[in-house]
Parts: sequence; structure tokens; C-alpha cells
Amino acid sequence: METQIKGHVRVLDGNRAAAWSVLLSRPDVVALYPITPQTQVVEQLSQFHAEGLLHAEMVEVEGENSAMSTVLGASVAGGRVFTATSSWGLEFMHDVLLVAAGMRVPVVMVNVNRESTSIPAVAVSRQDVWTERDSGWIHIEAETCQEVLDSIVMAYRLAEDPDVLLPVMISYDGFYLSYLSERVEIPTQEDVDRFLTPVAQTDRPKIVPGELLSFGGFTFPESFAEYRMKHCLALERAKEKIEEIDRAYHRAFDRSYGGVIEEYRTEDAEIVIVGMGTEMGTAKGVIDETRDEGMKVGLIRVRMYRPFPKERLAKALMGKRTVGVIDKSVCFGWNCGHLFMEMKPVILDLDKPIPMADFIGGLASADITKDQIRRVIKSTFEASQGKPYREVTWLILGYLEE
Amino acid sequence: MDFKTVREAPWAEAEKLWSIKTDQWRFQRPQTKAGKCRQCGWCYIFCPCGCIVERGTYFAADLDYCKGCGICARECAVDAVIMVKEEVP
Repeated sequence: METQIKGHVRVLDGNRAAAWSVLLSRPDVVALYPITPQTQVVEQLSQFHAEGLLHAEMVEVEGENSAMSTVLGASVAGGRVFTATSSWGLEFMHDVLLVAAGMRVPVVMVNVNRESTSIPAVAVSRQDVWTERDSGWIHIEAETCQEVLDSIVMAYRLAEDPDVLLPVMISYDGFYLSYLSERVEIPTQEDVDRFLTPVAQTDRPKIVPGELLSFGGFTFPESFAEYRMKHCLALERAKEKIEEIDRAYHRAFDRSYGGVIEEYRTEDAEIVIVGMGTEMGTAKGVIDETRDEGMKVGLIRVRMYRPFPKERLAKALMGKRTVGVIDKSVCFGWNCGHLFMEMKPVILDLDKPIPMADFIGGLASADITKDQIRRVIKSTFEASQGKPYREVTWLILGYLEE
Repeated sequence: MDFKTVREAPWAEAEKLWSIKTDQWRFQRPQTKAGKCRQCGWCYIFCPCGCIVERGTYFAADLDYCKGCGICARECAVDAVIMVKEEVP
């Protein structure tokens, strides 16, 4: 039975928006293991399957390591695949994440951001995804429920592109976005099919019964280095590819997210706030207010953080006076947040280095409040006036600063 | 860029897989005294790399693959196999 989904508007939380997106992308194999705050993705997809809407093989696995192994195998056999997890589940997948990337297998997965152990916390931060940043995947962070839906459809086109062939992880903040209900436009099945046709019709190396092909074979130093270099080049190509896909998506669905980064009121800005994910929504509101008061402040939201969009960031920051980075995870050993650490080499690429300050907030689901963002803007502005500034500030721990 | 590898990742046609001879790993090799061997097949069963072959009236290791572990010599009930040190030619 073929059910055509008509375009319509629904109120959906982030997890259900993800499930709708997967449904529209027509995967062949879905393997899922539930974990807070991702569980509704599993529930909604299981319901779609039970209702006969989702024509995929649903594999009930005994853990996340098996979930990733299952979709890895299905993708090697040429299937379109999906899985989703969070936090400890992502860490339990770690070895298979490396295999999927090294074997250049297109997989699309969702990670609903959550604090990593230990210290135990059933709460959001980006500690889990940032910890996996070096596994060779493409990583994209969404801000809204609508962007979750759109990003997953775009991710299939990116992962399966013959010039890319890499696994893609779409992440969004647990609790804040996973359970937040918003207005979401659901495109028609026909339009999504048309958008995914370019990759659906491409052939890729795959295991076919009766034909002999091995994946992940043993290598010697020279070929090993060549494959590693090819992987790096594919990641570089992905940066341009996602911009193309974003433009194509805009043409097809009239929505666009700026590709690797989203710039908000940066054109004439003197100071720029850089961050990711849901708190950027709050920050945009504060920036509007601060602009009304006459301060020239803009915002850059990093969408793709692997490969890191250093060229676009350097271009966007050229001529600015200071940068304030908002981080929702900590980079052990660097005594700062992950995004700040990644932004440091970008600052060196500018004509002249500019002051940059880091603000760590939102750990363990602490709200990044409007007041905190006002503080971030104030401190960043003061740094632009040549005043001494603190390199790393922990927003919630102001009482330790005296 | 002129890569030597043809494919984008370590994917390979299975008929073109490399077969690596493991004789270089060896510092000693088994020598079978043909007359002593009773063809019981004990060495064939115990050989961890499965390189023992039947040669008419006796069993002996395929020296292209034998890694020289010495298990066949140790297990042989009639001491038909002895281990000889490999000399660098």
C-alpha cells in the first residue's frame, strides 16, 4: 500500500519532526534503541511502521553498538538507512562510528544532545557530540524543529552524493528541542522524492549477492595514507556540497539555513557572537534588543562543525572588532569550550587577530538566559574597547569570579 | 591528483585480494622425516594456520605459509618432525 503524504502544517516536537523527516526520506533499514531524550524518535517511527506508512525493515537491536552495526551493514548492501541515539548510546557506538566513516559508508543518524557521563546528568549539553567530532563523520547541528526536519532530508542527499559518501550526524539539543513543540511545515512526499532523486538514482559500490567485493580490507602504509587523504578531501568537498544542497532545498521548499553557517545581522556588525543550536534563538532576540539600543552586534550560528567551516567563518569575521563564543560543552585539557578551541585558528586566518572570549553555559540543562547573553555581549563589547578581558567565563559560576 | 589506489576507500574486488605469504614471519621451520611419519594426521589437526599438506606417504608443512610455531613438532607422537633454525642466506 502506497500512502502519499500531502504537504501540511503540524505542531511537532524535535523528535517527532525527525521521525517525520525519516518517513519522508524513505529509508530501507531502520535500527533503533531508545534512550532519553531520543525515545520519541523510536516511538514515532515504530508507529509509522505499524500504521503501514513506513516501508522499511525495522530492526530491534539490543543496544546502540548493534544499531550502528546493523545500519552499517545495510548501507554496505546499498540501502538507505537511519538510526538515532544520545549521550551514552553515542559513546557505545564509538567503534562502529569509526568503521562507518573509514569505510566511507553513507549513514544518516540523529544524535539528541545530552550530557555525557560522568558526572551523571539526564540533561542537555553538547559534550556527547563534540567528543565524537574526530570520528570522520559530517556533523550538523540544528536550531529549530523545522530545521531538524529539513536537515535530515538534506543529510541523505549529502551522505549519498558520489563525491562525498560519508556518514552524516544531525544533532539537536535534547530537552530544549527534543521536547519543544513548534509549528513545522511537512513537505509532500512527491517533493521530497524529487529532491532526493539525484542521489537515489546514483550507483555506489555495494555488496551484491553473487558478485565479489570486500569492504574495509587490509591496507599497507601507502594505500592507508591514500585512503585517509581521500577521506579528508571528501570532507572538504562536503563543505561546498552542503551549500549547493542548501540552495537546491531553498528552490524546492523555500527554506534555507545558510549552508555551513548562518549569519544573523553581521553585515555592519562590529562585534559578533558565535554559537550553535537552540540558544542561538534566544541570542537572536537579545541581539535585536541590543541593536535597538544602538550597539552594532551580529551573530554567527555554526551549523556544520565537521568539517569545520573555517573559510566561511574567516570571511564573515573579516573586519570585525571582537568575537564572543558561547559554548555548551568543555574541551578537557584546553580549559575552554570546544567551539572556542576550534575558533582559535580561524582568528589567526584573519588579516589581524582580534580579541575572542569564551562563555561556557548551559551545562546540564542550565538555561542560557537573556541576561546571560546580555552579559556576553557586554563583555565582548568591552573587549572591543581595548579593556582587559577574561578569556573563559563560566556563565553560571559568576560567584567564583571575585 | 594521481592516486595509486583506484577506489575511494578500502573496497576491493574479492578475486584481487592480496594473499600474503607468511613465511617471512618464521625463525625456525619444521622438517618431516618422511620415513618416520605414520600419516596419523595429528599435525594436520593441530596446525593453527592450516598449512599441513599430505604429500603421498607423509605429511609436511607448506613452507610458503608456515609461521614456524613448532606445534606440529611438539605434538608428533613419533617425533617425525623436528624444528630447524632458519639461516639467513
